[in-house]
Amino acid sequence: MRNDQHWMTVALALAIAAVAVSPAVAQKKYDPGANDSEIKIGNIMPYSGPASAYGEIGKTQAAYFRKVNAEGGVNGRKINFISYDDGYSPPKTVEQARKLVESDEVLLIFQSLGTAHNTAIQRYMNAKKVPQLFVATGATKWNDPQHFSWTMGWQPSYQSEARIYAEYLLKNHAQGKIGVLYQNDDYGKDYLKGLKDGLNGKMRVVAEVPYETTDPTVDSQVINVKASGADIIFNVATPKFAAQAIKKIVELGWNPLHLLNNVSNSVGSVLKPAGFDNAKGVLSTAYLKDPTDPTWKDDPAYKKWSAFMDKYYPDGDKTSTFTVYGYLAAQTLVAVLKQSGDNLTRENVMKQAASLKNLELDMLLPGSRINTGPNDFAPIKQMQMERFNGERWELFGPLMSGDVGG
Amino acid sequence: MKQPLKSDLMQAPAGTVAGLSIKTWSRAAVIAGVFLALLLPLAIKDFLVFQLTLALIYAVAILGLNLLTGFNGQFSLGHSAFYGIGAYTAAILMDQADVAYYWTLPAAGAACFIVGFLFGLPALRLEGLYLALATFALAIAMPQLLKSTPLEPWTGGVQGIVILKPDAPFGLPLNSDQWLYYFTILTAALMYAGAVNLARSRTGRAIMAIRDNPIAASAMGVDVALYKSLTFGVSALYTGVAGALGAIAVQFVAPDSFTFNLAIALFVGLVIGGVGSIPGTLLGGLFILFVPNIAEEVSKGLAQAVYGVILIAVIYLMPSGAAGFIRLIVGRIARSWT
Amino acid sequence: MDLFLHQVLAGVATGSIYACLALAIVMIYQTINHLNFAQGEMAMFSTFIAWQLMQWGAPYWLAFAGTAAFSFAAGITIERVLFRPIHNAPVLSHVVVFIALFAILNSLAGFIWDYNVKSFPTPFGSRSLFGDGLMSSHDAGMMGVTLAMLVLVYVFFRHTRIGLAMRAAAANPQSARLSGIRVGWMIALGWGMAAAIGAVAGVMIAPVVFLDPNMMNSILVYGFAGAVVGGLTSPGGAVLGGFAVGVIENLAGTFIPYVGRELKLTIALFIIVVVLTVKPSGLFGRTVVTRV
Repeated sequence: MRNDQHWMTVALALAIAAVAVSPAVAQKKYDPGANDSEIKIGNIMPYSGPASAYGEIGKTQAAYFRKVNAEGGVNGRKINFISYDDGYSPPKTVEQARKLVESDEVLLIFQSLGTAHNTAIQRYMNAKKVPQLFVATGATKWNDPQHFSWTMGWQPSYQSEARIYAEYLLKNHAQGKIGVLYQNDDYGKDYLKGLKDGLNGKMRVVAEVPYETTDPTVDSQVINVKASGADIIFNVATPKFAAQAIKKIVELGWNPLHLLNNVSNSVGSVLKPAGFDNAKGVLSTAYLKDPTDPTWKDDPAYKKWSAFMDKYYPDGDKTSTFTVYGYLAAQTLVAVLKQSGDNLTRENVMKQAASLKNLELDMLLPGSRINTGPNDFAPIKQMQMERFNGERWELFGPLMSGDVGG
Repeated sequence: MKQPLKSDLMQAPAGTVAGLSIKTWSRAAVIAGVFLALLLPLAIKDFLVFQLTLALIYAVAILGLNLLTGFNGQFSLGHSAFYGIGAYTAAILMDQADVAYYWTLPAAGAACFIVGFLFGLPALRLEGLYLALATFALAIAMPQLLKSTPLEPWTGGVQGIVILKPDAPFGLPLNSDQWLYYFTILTAALMYAGAVNLARSRTGRAIMAIRDNPIAASAMGVDVALYKSLTFGVSALYTGVAGALGAIAVQFVAPDSFTFNLAIALFVGLVIGGVGSIPGTLLGGLFILFVPNIAEEVSKGLAQAVYGVILIAVIYLMPSGAAGFIRLIVGRIARSWT
Repeated sequence: MDLFLHQVLAGVATGSIYACLALAIVMIYQTINHLNFAQGEMAMFSTFIAWQLMQWGAPYWLAFAGTAAFSFAAGITIERVLFRPIHNAPVLSHVVVFIALFAILNSLAGFIWDYNVKSFPTPFGSRSLFGDGLMSSHDAGMMGVTLAMLVLVYVFFRHTRIGLAMRAAAANPQSARLSGIRVGWMIALGWGMAAAIGAVAGVMIAPVVFLDPNMMNSILVYGFAGAVVGGLTSPGGAVLGGFAVGVIENLAGTFIPYVGRELKLTIALFIIVVVLTVKPSGLFGRTVVTRV
């Protein structure tokens, strides 16, 4: 053999050996749903049926991922967001989850909505070792890494929010009598439990009046709460009913201290229909910036969000906090995926989701940070109390954390 | 609310095609279908097996509704309630009493038979629309009852009950999805055989006679009250067994799973498949499981609207349901052959 | 006693919502002898149209009149286009088409106007009458409108020729045709009127419950219940039935201990079923006797 050919052979052999032996530094690891060019994310939302209002969240997220893709994707990979409708029916949620995992082969399921619905798929997801990430419900049970290490919540849990109210009441209105109007399901009952746990018997709850989503109005229930002699009302109702309650309370000429749950404190979707004057003095908590609150008019984060909505989701409702919620959750996922780098196995994604340190997202309240750990599956814990002054929410007090585990 | 149903919807149309009678063709079709059904799970993804299992379960539920509405002329918008009772019976027995899954089926059936019969008794006095409302009331009431505090220790309230799917017995090389599919086929086969038997029996004829002309039937000595209530019971039994199977397949029961929407879906399945047709229920089951998914593929935002349009198109094309339509086509082919 | 009075009046107020819709339901029933499951959705859609007209600047009464007229025309169109072609199909197939209409209208409304709750103005103001919030002026106005519609419907059926023709067409289509009545158009007319009444109902209801595509779902249940307990052949009975359902539901929810609050709807429906068992054609309905 000629000299140069011999050298080339040796060089080639060395190169091959080098590649074969090189450490896994630049090695990419994938589970089903991830490859060099895309990451498949599954999602299940109620786009039809009684809870279709929440479908706005999924649509916002789809728009956000379109933006991310337009700007180059995550670590060079495009996000393929596959979102299915479950009509707010748990058996359908199960079907769609199986479809996403077994047929579409997504890397993880993100922001599936509804407590019963997530309960329905929790065991399956954990058995299949597929992340059930940032579930879109505030039920307290999702913060349970001991038993369900593949399931993680996202928003502050209902119980922790209720405990914040309890703390506030004990400090400022310890002699009061509390009446609770609550939706008769997991969401309502979770808040009720959180409040009672937080009060620990130190204050009287004189009325617990449930309503069903099949009730046309809650007028009758509000009358009953008033009749119990309560001078504080804890309004655990979804937007439509919360607005009705606010209106009815004023119509009855009643003037209790009014605590409104976070799910229904949107200025545009609840307080406006209820009437701004009627809602004066209502207290609530917040963890994100309400887009209809004039406080944020000149805030750069708000402007950025607003520009995103105008460009990528012009049909979206800019007065609804659901769009901000969806935006923030999507940003959280993108942060996790970025942090996972080229190791896009389900295990690593879960690990990264459980290692978020002081993540700052600018549509969260100033000072609020996302933190998770191996025993802490509650990304957002911090909330701040606010009072409605007839025009806007006024934040007051410190950022509080009503830490409660599942 | 009576309809001009042909009580010979059960028989194959007369005539021959390519030298063989239609009856032979339909038998061959059934055998081929059974073969396909038995071999399918080995060739397709688990998820599709799961979906087909659900479709079959819905078909059995629709069969129950068919017995009441198609065969006995009693209009029910409340079968979601019986499905729910069956499902919860199975779930509670499996979760709290460690009962094996196969015993929950007869238990669910028995429980629903009793409830159905008891409901059927006062419902005797109601006709058509009023009966529809009473059953409608039952369907609406069911989720409320399931959520209610007094029953919470058993039902788990709004949180529902999580149960586990059984594994294949005797160490058969099947995964749990496949095993459940075969188990469902076995159960369905028994239920269908029962229904066919019932339809051909004297009792069946009495039931259908009541549908076609209750006054004449009673004049002929048929105990209308007894038969109507019994039919309610049997109908509930069928749907209840389907509910139990459904609970096992989905591995979860919650009050939100058994709302009025389910009753509507069963009703739609009944009509699309063909009121009064036993094989039609299979088509009905497949329809209500798969067509909403197809509608969603067409348009995410308007999925329900697309579904509605499909429903209208199907009714226009096949006003008496798929079974009637197929009979029509087969009859035409036979006639054009001779 | 004070609470009792409060609940009764609140029940009457919500009852007028049900009564409104029950009237539309009875209207349709008188015409075609079935229940229209899509009645609520049609009313909801009409209300959205009224809302949209007002968003575009139309004053309240113009929007109201425009919507009623549009709904009337739409009702006729739906009957002619959707139901006429299948008029020979079995009854149950018709029901499936109602269900399809329901799905289409609900989905379309959500698509066009989204699912967020919207407030809807009332021409009657929201002053509190009789002090202490026992009844609001809007509630009183709504009751007035319902009763006015009831009177109009009654007068129409009893004292006009067309009303008579419609009743004849529903009672006995064959004979009616022989007498020269265009039965097909009578049915279409009935649909149009029911749609218009539904639109008025929706516009009256929306200020109280707020406007969203799912607004009518539960009200429809109560409306049916009211219509049936009063008797589907009696408009007055249906209206009374609607009020009754509202009051019973509120009283059950307040005074039946322990389970009353959670099972309000169940109890109301249970009572209705009991009424039907005792009087199968409703409290004020005519018992129809067919000759064999």
